Amino acid sequence: MDPLTEVAAAARDWHGRLLALLAAGSGDIPAAEDALADAYEAAVRTWPEQGVPGNTGGWLLTVARNRLRDRWRAAEFRRTVALDVERDAPAHLDDVDVDAIPDRRLELMLVCAHPAIDSALHTPLMLNTVLGFTAEQVGRAFSVPAATMATRLVRVKKRIRTTGIPFRIPDRADLPARMTAVLEAVYGAYVLERSGAEALHLAEVLATLAPGDPEVRGLAALVQLSAARADARIGPDGRFVPLAEQDPARWDRVLIERAHEHLRVAHGSGRLGRFQVEAAVQALHCSGAADARTLRDLYSILNDLAPSLGGGVALAAVIAETDGPAAGLAALDALAGDGFQPAHATRAHLLRRLGRHEEATAEYDRAIALTQDDAEREFLIRKR
Amino acid sequence: MRYALLMHHHEPADGELDAEVIAEAQRAFDVYAKALAQAGVLLSADVLQPTGSTTTVTRRDGTPRVQDGPFAETKEALAGIFLIDVPDLDAAIDWARQNPAAQWGSIEIRPVSTSFLDGGWTR
Repeated sequence: MDPLTEVAAAARDWHGRLLALLAAGSGDIPAAEDALADAYEAAVRTWPEQGVPGNTGGWLLTVARNRLRDRWRAAEFRRTVALDVERDAPAHLDDVDVDAIPDRRLELMLVCAHPAIDSALHTPLMLNTVLGFTAEQVGRAFSVPAATMATRLVRVKKRIRTTGIPFRIPDRADLPARMTAVLEAVYGAYVLERSGAEALHLAEVLATLAPGDPEVRGLAALVQLSAARADARIGPDGRFVPLAEQDPARWDRVLIERAHEHLRVAHGSGRLGRFQVEAAVQALHCSGAADARTLRDLYSILNDLAPSLGGGVALAAVIAETDGPAAGLAALDALAGDGFQPAHATRAHLLRRLGRHEEATAEYDRAIALTQDDAEREFLIRKR
Repeated sequence: MRYALLMHHHEPADGELDAEVIAEAQRAFDVYAKALAQAGVLLSADVLQPTGSTTTVTRRDGTPRVQDGPFAETKEALAGIFLIDVPDLDAAIDWARQNPAAQWGSIEIRPVSTSFLDGGWTR
């Protein structure tokens, strides 16, 4: 890897961990973000000349920590805010061993999910601060203009500092309520970035933290089962390969085994939830012998537990397998799926199977126009 | 951090509450204030007279004006202020939850921005 690629990789791998650590003392996320941005800039300047350091995360933390300290000492800052050096200085950073940087991302995620923060911003905030998605990417995922999302994120980060929301794992009584928002965010990361190593890692961290929570286990299984098929999803020619045509030999057996272990524990609790059902669907796909009737039952359960547009489209697709394309199309028409890419892609496939070629072509055009992923777009253009 | 716990609720009219209800509320506030004091977080506790006794002062248009009545007429009125010093918002929320007035109104938690202490402005 060349030094600049190394900087990008270090930023991706370390961003959430370093930000959580830098912001923990003062609760000041914007200041931590500025310090971290300075560290990336210093890396871009010095790594090509002096070589890439052995511990990239430790290097970035040291630079960012010094920047934060400079900021605290700066005369300008002292003039605007009366400073209690004893209480406000980020002294806790001195105790951090840069060679073994602790993972405080979960604390930062729980800060983002605090009940004093507008719940509509819980997931966007986590995706932005912990996972490093830009305001533009987050805005796109939530169908909000980039500038609007950026403004909301800036405002809420300021609010975290001024209201004094603490950076710590809350008590047992408060954890379950916030865990739901954390699970949603990890799921959001997984949806935004299908093979996301971040989503994988965070789901594992959550499972370690709350091993008895069946939905945490369900989410870990779901993310692992999806990641297990990431390589098989792209063919040797770089093209998207749909599930039915994938080569099971290219699926990651270790990940699948670990996912099954999570699911066994989850089912043992006897409390069914949305992520467990979604994971069960994925597990069925990974078994290589997905029975359409079983799939339909699972999607029906999912639709009852947590109705969503995506789940409704998936249910319509399996109804087409068990009861024929006309029944599938009827189920699809019952949904309000206008402008939802998977709805258009599924409708296109079903219309084609019913021999309604002109309508199918028009639907393929809509689906292609709404597709973000290059390989998937290629696939739809070929089907069209 | 210093937080003001602002109690807002409907103002009972004269004679609307029985003596027993009032006595019960007074007992609850006594227990609450003593708990805050015992925890070492209480800076001050003030229960306010009803809004009918408010006087509002402004100099917004240049001339000083003194006016009878509250700044804004609302259904719920500011009824009292507890000023506390606790480590973070979660601790403030915890104390606000235990405030007796939370049963019949709402408690607004407002962080203090700056305070005049020992002859100077501090954080």
